Amino acid sequence: MQWPNVILQGVLIGGLYAMFAAGLSLIFGVMRLVNIAHGDLIVLAAYVSLMATQAFGMDPLTSLVLVVPIMALVGYALQRGLLNFTLGDDLLPPLLVTFGLSVIIQNGLLELFTADSRKLQAGAIEIQTFQLAQTLWIGALPLIQFAVAVAVIAGLQLLFYRTAFGRALRATSDDQSVAQLMGLDTRHIFAMAMALSLAVIAVAGVFLAVRANFDPAIGPARLIFAFEAVIIGGLGSMWGTLAGGIILGVSQAIGAQIDPGWQLLAGHIVFLAILAVRPQGLFPKVSG
Amino acid sequence: MPDGPLLKISAIDAFYGDFQAIFGVSLDVGIAQVVAVIGANGAGKSTLLNCIAGLVHPSAGEILFEDVATTNTPAFEAQKRGIALVPEGRRLFPSLTVEENLLIGGQSRRAGPWTLARVYELFPVLAERRNLPAPALSGGQQQMAAIGRALMGNPRLLLCDEISLGLAPIVVRDIYSRLPQITAEGLSLIIVEQDIVQALHAASHVYCLQEGRVALQGAARDLTREKISAAYFGV
Repeated sequence: MQWPNVILQGVLIGGLYAMFAAGLSLIFGVMRLVNIAHGDLIVLAAYVSLMATQAFGMDPLTSLVLVVPIMALVGYALQRGLLNFTLGDDLLPPLLVTFGLSVIIQNGLLELFTADSRKLQAGAIEIQTFQLAQTLWIGALPLIQFAVAVAVIAGLQLLFYRTAFGRALRATSDDQSVAQLMGLDTRHIFAMAMALSLAVIAVAGVFLAVRANFDPAIGPARLIFAFEAVIIGGLGSMWGTLAGGIILGVSQAIGAQIDPGWQLLAGHIVFLAILAVRPQGLFPKVSG
Repeated sequence: MPDGPLLKISAIDAFYGDFQAIFGVSLDVGIAQVVAVIGANGAGKSTLLNCIAGLVHPSAGEILFEDVATTNTPAFEAQKRGIALVPEGRRLFPSLTVEENLLIGGQSRRAGPWTLARVYELFPVLAERRNLPAPALSGGQQQMAAIGRALMGNPRLLLCDEISLGLAPIVVRDIYSRLPQITAEGLSLIIVEQDIVQALHAASHVYCLQEGRVALQGAARDLTREKISAAYFGV
């Protein structure tokens, strides 16, 4: 029977979607900014890793030691130098500016790297598998990817609820002007949140690029997956986001098993069904 | 130590959106002095406090705090210099616990007498409820938490915006009865109030604002009810 296998693969890719989604929901939660360029920044991280592997002969997973800090710096600078100026009572300016950013990143990557499909080579680890049961196999790489996703989500949860920085993020999210009265420089807090978001998607981008082909145009579809995982899981809950990613991943895997053309459609249908039945998501944060 | 008053406001104008809320207001606060600012709704009291705290920047005039201009200082820097505001309506962070709200106030790590333990000593009920989410507190307890949160920054000047708003008189008296413990540390206080009796009782100096201008000021003991109602209502 292939179904257990299908569901297992869906769960494992769900971890990747959860990482896409965690960065997006973090930014929206803290500063009400909908980052349309989120998917393209994931792809940008993949290309940064590609450059690192080519320049230093690094293994893609090792390249994370470079890609994560680079993307975090990009995030900080982007927020401080551009996006902070778009924030205000109106949701539209950041939406438009990040939409423009998305176009710029896609075309910049196209100019630099052409439209050719690339893939990062992680070596032997890519084909290593373990047998769980008679007909159930699990790949080393998807397993590592899922474990990393769970660790990232757990780390974010700890950061939010157990550290002074997390407290400052939550306070800023609640009430920006009172946060300033408490001595918090919200421009800096926002920039740190964007740095954190891009550090998370740097990890996601590298795993994406190891498991599948990528080219400069695949960003917007990753953005959709991130949106869907956030909304399925419910805004404001990190574990909900992980559940949302897994539900999306499993739906896509089941759809693909029925008919390869149904992979994306199945994910979208489940998303729409949840949006219709439970618009607040499955695990929304209890509002104060 | 500065020679002048702790806070010296000279002829500031300020806008609330497109609407001019403050016209040429001047005000002094000495070290360890309690000053009350009274006035009707819309008299510009909150805008005045927001100017001092750095949330609103005056379009004209000057604000000196410890002899340094803070006219255009952003709020987060004003807090680090020692100005704390207890905002109108308390505005605790709803997704944080009571203790987390207090800790946020102390995050700037200014040195001084106020610690979590001291705030709990001042308001013991907060210690009992430290792990509850802030919205679970009663109005009076929320006001205590908002005052405690501001104190955690160890300010030299504490601005209290309508701390009696929406609270039962007995709760208001309870909170006001603890102000001497706060000012005992050499802290200066500006209290904005609509409750004139409370304000006159707590403060040594009173400013009455009317339509954005200082209509009356003087030592609290010299002001009669008649003078105040004339300034308050402009009759």
